[in-house]
Amino acid sequence: MNRINQKMQEDKKLLSIYFTAGYPSLNDTVKVIQDLEANGIDMIEIGLPFSDPLADGPTIQNSSTAALKNGMTTNILFEQLKDIRKSVSIPLILMGYFNPMLQYGVEAFCKKCAEIGIDGLIMPDLPLDVYQDEYEAIFKKYDLKNIFLITPQTSDARILQIDAASDAFIYMVSTASVTGSKSGFGEEQTTYFNRIAAMNLKNPQIVGFGINNSSTFKQATTHAKGAIIGSAFIKHLTEHGVATIPEFVKEIR
Amino acid sequence: MNYNATEKGYYGEFGGAYIPEMLYPNVEELRQNYLKVMVEPDFKKEFDQLLKDYVGRPSPLYFAKRLSEKYNTKVYLKREDLNHTGAHKVNNTIGQILMAKRLKKTRIIAETGAGQHGVATATVCALMGMKCVVYMGEIDIARQAPNVARMKMLGAEVRPALSGSRTLKDATNEAIRDWINNPVDTHYIIGSAIGPHPYPDMVTRFQSIISEEIKWQLKEKEGRENPDYVVACIGGGSNAAGTYYHFLHEPEVGIIAVEAAGKGVNSGESAATSALGKEGVIHGCKTLLMQTNDGQITEPYSISAGLDYPGVGPLHAHLYTSGRGEFYSATDDEAMNSGLELTQLEGIIPAIETSHALAIFKHKTFKPDDVVVISLSGRGDKDLDNYIKYFNL
Repeated sequence: MNRINQKMQEDKKLLSIYFTAGYPSLNDTVKVIQDLEANGIDMIEIGLPFSDPLADGPTIQNSSTAALKNGMTTNILFEQLKDIRKSVSIPLILMGYFNPMLQYGVEAFCKKCAEIGIDGLIMPDLPLDVYQDEYEAIFKKYDLKNIFLITPQTSDARILQIDAASDAFIYMVSTASVTGSKSGFGEEQTTYFNRIAAMNLKNPQIVGFGINNSSTFKQATTHAKGAIIGSAFIKHLTEHGVATIPEFVKEIR
Repeated sequence: MNYNATEKGYYGEFGGAYIPEMLYPNVEELRQNYLKVMVEPDFKKEFDQLLKDYVGRPSPLYFAKRLSEKYNTKVYLKREDLNHTGAHKVNNTIGQILMAKRLKKTRIIAETGAGQHGVATATVCALMGMKCVVYMGEIDIARQAPNVARMKMLGAEVRPALSGSRTLKDATNEAIRDWINNPVDTHYIIGSAIGPHPYPDMVTRFQSIISEEIKWQLKEKEGRENPDYVVACIGGGSNAAGTYYHFLHEPEVGIIAVEAAGKGVNSGESAATSALGKEGVIHGCKTLLMQTNDGQITEPYSISAGLDYPGVGPLHAHLYTSGRGEFYSATDDEAMNSGLELTQLEGIIPAIETSHALAIFKHKTFKPDDVVVISLSGRGDKDLDNYIKYFNL
């Protein structure tokens, strides 16, 4: 069974972390992953940096620019991760924009991910219909779960479509914004969280965007299976360095 | 072969809507409505009326006698520079602001390179009393100061794009991020024939008034609707798309595109996308794109802020790969000299973008009886500083 599906069956609220590969330093990627697992993180989104990350706010933009300046490339990331399964057993998801994957070759990219032991992909700008028309068969061949996003503006009909096309979890974007721009949840989020919970989707939901401490984590996971922290973690790495990952995780849980 | 967008917004293999889910409701709303709205009699009436009384259309099709003599062919200039706000951009912003009103949007955002689209957007927002935010690369803000002042005077807020190369590409990223952050009340007026479907098709249709007029104007002057060639400069490609539109399926009309070669196609400082680009995804569409082997988008260069874009509209990518269009590129020097030449032969100072189209004569020889229509997409007032610096005027 795919590691993501296994993880979703655990009887706990899941804490997942996004970070940009090759940041703060090119060779921090593996250490960050190992430290996150050692500190009880349930799942990791490894960000493949992109020059034009149009769904990201300044924090992740800057980390992506820095990672690219550090020399990060798709090939280098795959090289860094080639032995990752010798030391890490939690689900690993690659998250990035579609163009670098397209240039690598979608099938070659998926094959490489499978060899490494990547469990799923999040490509925000690879839309559902293009995925289904052109790439679903390839993802399935390599048992890579494609994770789709929904937002407070996504219609019920569209959510049901996405639920039907998914078989790992649904990435529930908490608020209409790019990453890292808002923190804390208001009434709109509560209504949205309740609305999605009432839909009884077949896939568990993991909430992302706007989670930066233990209270937002608790709020996000009242109904949802788990939550993802991205910008707040990157900010922590920028300000306090890789050695302080345990402190960051303790703050949340 | 078909050169119009398919229902899903593809031109051959290019186009589509590669957007994050956050943008899906906005783009889908537009996709479902744009064609319906555009054929509504009320919409058409208001659009046509504004183009006539406010923009000043039809724009003249002018026989450039001295330029024709110099290059021993028959050159007509389609005078989009005479439009209100000084370029073709306003054709599209008039259309899109009317579209935004029908979709009940109250706030407008736009990206701009040379500032022409920003000015055209700020203008229609003033006209309609809508709130307007224009994103512009920090570098472009510096090199197009008069247009920045115009936008501010028109009541728009000009927000600098500080990321990446701080030019048009980055302004577009910032505008898209704004739209993600404001999904309900905001319409994004994209200024070029780029972006996710339906934008390339919608922008092309609003700009198609250019070729619609060329047809009947040429009939009056030459007794035939179809020229032998239509020529336009291409950054994202909105004036080109409008200039070509009604000739795309007329095989006897040659379609010529001139891109910005910057300091030379192979100099590393260029924006000649057809020569340097590979298929890729930028700003929501699949097209030809300047990028590294690794799929990172590279930073283009051109002396002209309006052509300084690493991609090209999907229609143009299709025209290039299918062979329907002939693609050339003009260097900064060729463009500047062609701009000066037009000024001194015809008394018309063109925008530096447009000067690239005029540089076609440095690359191609036409026959004496060829009828060549060049889109004079914009006037050069905004570029005076650059002309002064370049020629030490």
